[in-house]
Amino acid sequence: MFARARQRLLEMHSARAWLGILAATTVILLLLPLSNGVLAPSSALHLPDYLVPLLGKFLCFAIVALAMDLIWGFAGILSLGHGLFFALGGYAMGMHLMRSMAGEGVYRSALPDFMVFLDWKTLPWYWRGFDSFPFALAAAVVGPGLLAMVFGYFAFRSKIKGVYFSIVTQALTYAAMLLFFQNSAGFGGNNGLTDFKRLLGFSLHAPTTRLGLYVVSGLTLLFSYVACRYIVTSKFGRVLTAIRDAELKARFCGYESTHYKLFVWTFSAALCALAGALYVPQVGIINPSEMQPSSSIEMAIWVAVGGRGSLAGPILGAWLINAGKSWLTAAFPSAWLYALGALFILVTLFLPQGIAGAIARLTRRRS
Amino acid sequence: MPTSVGIGNFRRLGEVLTVLRIAFIVAGLVGVIRSDANAAEPLEESLRELASPDSDVVERRLNELAASGNAALIPALEALCDARLRVAPDGAVYYTAPKERTLRHPLTGTIVDPQPSGTHEVEVNNQIRRQALPVLAELKLRSPAEAVRMAAAQELDGRGDAESVAILRSAFKDEQVKRVRDAMALALARWDLQSTDPERQIAALAIARALGTSSLKGELKRLAGATPDASIRKAAAQALDDIESRQHFLDAVGALFHGISLASILLLAALGLAVTFGLLGVINMAHGEMLMLGAYATYAVQMAFERWLPGLVRYYLLAAVPVSFLATLLAGVLLEKTVIRFLYGRPLETLLATWGISLGLIQTVRLIFGAQNVAVANPDWLGGGIEIANGLVLPYNRLAVIAFAVAVAVAVWLLLQRTRLGLQVRAVTQNRAMASCLGIATRRIDMWMFGLGSGIAGLGGVALSQIGNVGPELGQTYIIDSFMVVVLGGVGRLAGTIVASLGLGVINKFLEPFAGAVLGKIVVLAFIILFIQRRPQGIFAIKGRVEA
Repeated sequence: MFARARQRLLEMHSARAWLGILAATTVILLLLPLSNGVLAPSSALHLPDYLVPLLGKFLCFAIVALAMDLIWGFAGILSLGHGLFFALGGYAMGMHLMRSMAGEGVYRSALPDFMVFLDWKTLPWYWRGFDSFPFALAAAVVGPGLLAMVFGYFAFRSKIKGVYFSIVTQALTYAAMLLFFQNSAGFGGNNGLTDFKRLLGFSLHAPTTRLGLYVVSGLTLLFSYVACRYIVTSKFGRVLTAIRDAELKARFCGYESTHYKLFVWTFSAALCALAGALYVPQVGIINPSEMQPSSSIEMAIWVAVGGRGSLAGPILGAWLINAGKSWLTAAFPSAWLYALGALFILVTLFLPQGIAGAIARLTRRRS
Repeated sequence: MPTSVGIGNFRRLGEVLTVLRIAFIVAGLVGVIRSDANAAEPLEESLRELASPDSDVVERRLNELAASGNAALIPALEALCDARLRVAPDGAVYYTAPKERTLRHPLTGTIVDPQPSGTHEVEVNNQIRRQALPVLAELKLRSPAEAVRMAAAQELDGRGDAESVAILRSAFKDEQVKRVRDAMALALARWDLQSTDPERQIAALAIARALGTSSLKGELKRLAGATPDASIRKAAAQALDDIESRQHFLDAVGALFHGISLASILLLAALGLAVTFGLLGVINMAHGEMLMLGAYATYAVQMAFERWLPGLVRYYLLAAVPVSFLATLLAGVLLEKTVIRFLYGRPLETLLATWGISLGLIQTVRLIFGAQNVAVANPDWLGGGIEIANGLVLPYNRLAVIAFAVAVAVAVWLLLQRTRLGLQVRAVTQNRAMASCLGIATRRIDMWMFGLGSGIAGLGGVALSQIGNVGPELGQTYIIDSFMVVVLGGVGRLAGTIVASLGLGVINKFLEPFAGAVLGKIVVLAFIILFIQRRPQGIFAIKGRVEA
């Protein structure tokens, strides 16, 4: 039993790679929280409080990059709709956060402030149940997953693929964004949901809560990584890769490609939604701009920069690009779009396999 | 011979002009003699006495002025009511135009030079105003200018008191122009509908039905609901029905028209996209930015004309068409040569790279022209529109956009079907390897078609600048719709693109009134997703073997 588990783990990664993952996990989940929580603020190694939610945000983006890589890198499907799943997960969490502070808004009403503002008297039916945290968490994952499943069922059944699939998912996201911008949709319109107070009784402004959310995000990332690695190294994963490289051949061998694609598509959407649910309490706001076509495409560039089909690469890509974005938008605001645009062009032209591919080529050359 | 006919025509035209000129001079002389010798002097005298502190005198003078029926008095009387009439120490009166300080001659309106000093405002109280207003209305209703009469009729309609109606009724008898007559009839019908005399009400109902305008709906509703006479109630309800169904019809026609004009823009945006997608299998995410560049090129041409050719500004649009086309064509060729050609066979990467390009273009335009929308003006010959029915105007700019889109579509069709280049393009679209074996320079075809596709989008930008806002994010708003046109219409089929853009444009505009713009978009998207279930290749699939 133990030997089989060991065998499976070694199929997923070499022992050296596992050590690397352990090292990264130690830094992210042990050393950084300790340096924030235990070290005195005057210490040179102290992690300042304001950086904790930022790093937590990056961890959420890393989960998104994993989800994108799973379907783009291993199934060859470029989704421009992951911004939608991310935002839907975030909205589900945001709805719970709004409900948990009923009566404490500006108007002291049992309804969220924006509904009072719209002169609504009762809660819309789709807001029911969000008072409960387990329900909200389940809705955050299951809702977007279901949407992805229904959409994917129709799309894969009619053999929509390649750029067709990309632009149809983009249109879906765009339509959803327009819907959420409407005040009458009941999601706060333009402003979205914000001004949250607490999660499960913990104040969202307290540094310890933020650290806690950071650690939860890190753990989720770790489990997501292992799960994705498990999927892609299983027989299922190999069939998926076969479908990516030669769908017709895989079908002729007796594999119903639609089912494989549908599963991985739904899983990826749900993972992305989970990231969204973790993201919202850390940044304190969710609004329809998360569904802009540009945010979904930015997710794709994280994966492209990191290297498709490597799982670890996209995580690195997400971190590098977002760190660059945080720095550039503050230091040279007008240069950021140029930098991003240039990145899109240069990576696709000169680094088709991303950073991971470049490193792999270098090590191969050396050996 | 054509030339002699031409000269003959000119000669005849010349004769006509001469006759007209003489007629004008005679009429002008008569007018001058009448107003100068008989009317002007006493009129000016009467005007002077409007400044009199004795309100009886003022009243008498006002009646004299009314009796003269001279439209030249209108500005001075308006000035009197607005307290803009001024009197000089020598008793001469002048007026100032609204929000101005310069004194003008009371009858001719010319600025007096030198400006008299020491003038003071003519006192006006409500009693004088009450007396002046009907006089003014009467003068306006009999003014020789159609627009003045029209405005006066509408103003009196809004006032809706017995005195105004009496003035209107007497002017209505002499009115000749149908447009003004209709406006007067409307005001009279509104008054009569509110009266208690059944005969008048019935006559007014007939007029209301004939006019068919929705502005009488309020009065009709009241009449249909609460009148003792059942026959009048019924007639009012019927008239209301008539008007409403007419209004629905007009709304539908208007939606259809707006849909077609939206479809023309979509067509121009999607044509190039469909051609390049069919040919190269790549989606150009920067295609929307070509629309944007075309619109900004139009703006630049307008600015250039304003600075260097101010006399020809009204024709700037004619120059903008080739300039925008060439500019975007060049941008497209450059794009293909530097980026796209290295990504052939990798459509998803092309999508990302072109997105990067679009980001760069947006940011560049933002830095050069600013993040705000820029003002692209309609030339005067595109202002206004045809009023095909009461309450339904087809603006010229939208008509021009439709005609322009049709012309471009025809040109592209001719290019693809009737030229050697078109033949080669079709060959490469169907089977690239075979076309290459037959000696077609496929790479060069790719480059030119990419440029042409961008150029067509640039033309779309020119059209768009005439009916919509021009800002850096313009391309983003149209790109997703034009992708949907390509998905729906199928790849590389002109007919499919045309039908799909028409369908999407019209459906969008028809759904908007009752579903709202957003829900309309969502419904259309759901429809597209269901549609490709049945016909994955689009409306007009290419028959035969297509590479998977």
